[in-house]
Amino acid sequence: MILGRVAQAIPVVMGVVVISFLLTRALPGDPAAYFAGPAADAASIAEIRQALGLDKPLIQQFFIYVGDLMTGDLGTSLSTGQPVAMDLAARLPASLELTLVALILSCVIAIPLGVLAATRPGSWIDHLCRVVVTAGVSMPTFFTGIVLIYVFYYLAGVAPAPLGRLDFIYLSPPQITGFYLIDAAIAGDWETWAGALKQLVLPAGTLALFTLAPIARMTRASMLQALSSDFIRTARAAGLGRRKILYGYAFRNALLPVITTLGMVFSFTLGANVLVEKVFAWPGIGSYAVEALVVSDYAAVQGFVLAMALLFVALNLIIDIVYALIDPRIALG
Amino acid sequence: MTDSPAPERHPGDTIWGHVAHVLRDNPVTLLAFGMVAFLVGCALFGPSLVPHDPLATNAARALEPPSWDHWFGTDNLGRDVFSRVIVATRLDLTISVAAVALSFVLGSLLGAVSGYWGGWLDAVLNRFLDTIMAFPLFVLAMGVVAALGNTVENIIYATAIINIPFYARLVRAEVNIRRHAGFAQAAKLAGNSDLRVLAFHIFPNALPPMMVQVSLNLGWAILNAAGLSFIGLGVRPPTPEWGIMVAEGANFIVSGEWWMAVFPGLWLMLAVFTFNLLGDGLRDIVDPRKRT
Repeated sequence: MILGRVAQAIPVVMGVVVISFLLTRALPGDPAAYFAGPAADAASIAEIRQALGLDKPLIQQFFIYVGDLMTGDLGTSLSTGQPVAMDLAARLPASLELTLVALILSCVIAIPLGVLAATRPGSWIDHLCRVVVTAGVSMPTFFTGIVLIYVFYYLAGVAPAPLGRLDFIYLSPPQITGFYLIDAAIAGDWETWAGALKQLVLPAGTLALFTLAPIARMTRASMLQALSSDFIRTARAAGLGRRKILYGYAFRNALLPVITTLGMVFSFTLGANVLVEKVFAWPGIGSYAVEALVVSDYAAVQGFVLAMALLFVALNLIIDIVYALIDPRIALG
Repeated sequence: MTDSPAPERHPGDTIWGHVAHVLRDNPVTLLAFGMVAFLVGCALFGPSLVPHDPLATNAARALEPPSWDHWFGTDNLGRDVFSRVIVATRLDLTISVAAVALSFVLGSLLGAVSGYWGGWLDAVLNRFLDTIMAFPLFVLAMGVVAALGNTVENIIYATAIINIPFYARLVRAEVNIRRHAGFAQAAKLAGNSDLRVLAFHIFPNALPPMMVQVSLNLGWAILNAAGLSFIGLGVRPPTPEWGIMVAEGANFIVSGEWWMAVFPGLWLMLAVFTFNLLGDGLRDIVDPRKRT
């Protein structure tokens, strides 16, 4: 079952690679002239064209591109002078830490909120849920982030300056996982841990506010549907306890559509990540891509797009496997 | 309308009667319609009504907080934030409407063809849509703009591309379940060509859910376009646009000049909120069961 699902991901990955190849080759103007720089003459442009393989037919270029990808070669960034793959790998943990903390935060809030709203329709918590859902989908993440900075940094003065992962008074913890919270905990450096957490709260809160809405909405809707279904009525008629019905039967079934929604939420989160990283000067791959975009560093941008797509495919794969593990009807054989 | 007496008619029988009934029942939808009218009004007449020139700088009155003179304050170059916010409505709405219209047309074509004829065409289209959906959509839009070039038109194309799957899938599903329906076969039997049956008999059935999708999508397209310009793509300063204005204001938020970022941000939120409300309201009119 799991192997079958992994096999299904292969054509998607191939499609992703084709599209990202087309994106790299659709650069405005002549990429060779672009990479040669403004001072280049015709001969050096031709030389670069040959060096980049741009004089070969498109199909052959595609296979060269795929071959490079196989060896993890995404080209060289013009602005940092480093291989793009290395840059991305160095910055990925920052983005992942932010995204994961935000998603955990939003699940911890949204799922109970949705469940409570569904079990007490018409109560204040139901209305709160509705307000959160409607406001949440209308809020531009970059704007929420700026408002949070204004309130918690400028007005209240409780949040640190929105300048990256760690205040300069702390040394970054020894790199093991690249997640500051985990690394600092491993090193037993709780002061740095607290410093990293302080920096993380606002950006993660911004992202969480953004993802709260779809998760809460889906939880509420699927919980309502589960509670009105026949098997719940049967369970009630059989005299099972309220708690058992709610969590043992209804919630377990209601979780399935929520997990499916998480896939879509991931897509939004990875996009919103870019904006949040820019607002909070978070040194992740999103702000790397934004910096690259500003200076037209195309290899870096396309590497970023490809990396995000592969990450998203992998996440969807994991979600599907979790789904199969939770859903009793899909047997893992 | 015919003159023949129709004794059993109720106000709710006609489409307009139904709409009026739903609107009476749900004043929020009415409010949403009103807000859309207001935004469209801003887009049409805003540039000629605003009190100040949105591009006129005035160094003597830079970074002033909101006052009677400048309702939303002035920015770091002394430009009137209120005028800029209102004038920006036209550009932001144009981008999102154009993008949604493009994806509506392309998505309808692709979805209708693959839903009606099926076969390998359908399989290829599905693979293609799966591939688009395999990208985080905002990231794909960034990549498309980076590849095509950093212009407003390309923002529109990028936003359209990432929206196509939603329309294509919706139309494909609606067409697919009706292609062998009685009315379609009757139309076919009466001598209509496949194309005609598809375009005039089957496709119109997909329009109501499509309208809901359009409305929800408009809000999302505005957010998307504003997000792209927030990171410096597409619209270039000094053109007033909500995303750029928030980005410019972000530099001043840490020193307490909140009005530069907050007002364009609020306006953006208002626009997105309006279209989301409208979408929810339209869904209630089209399909009351889907209410959540």
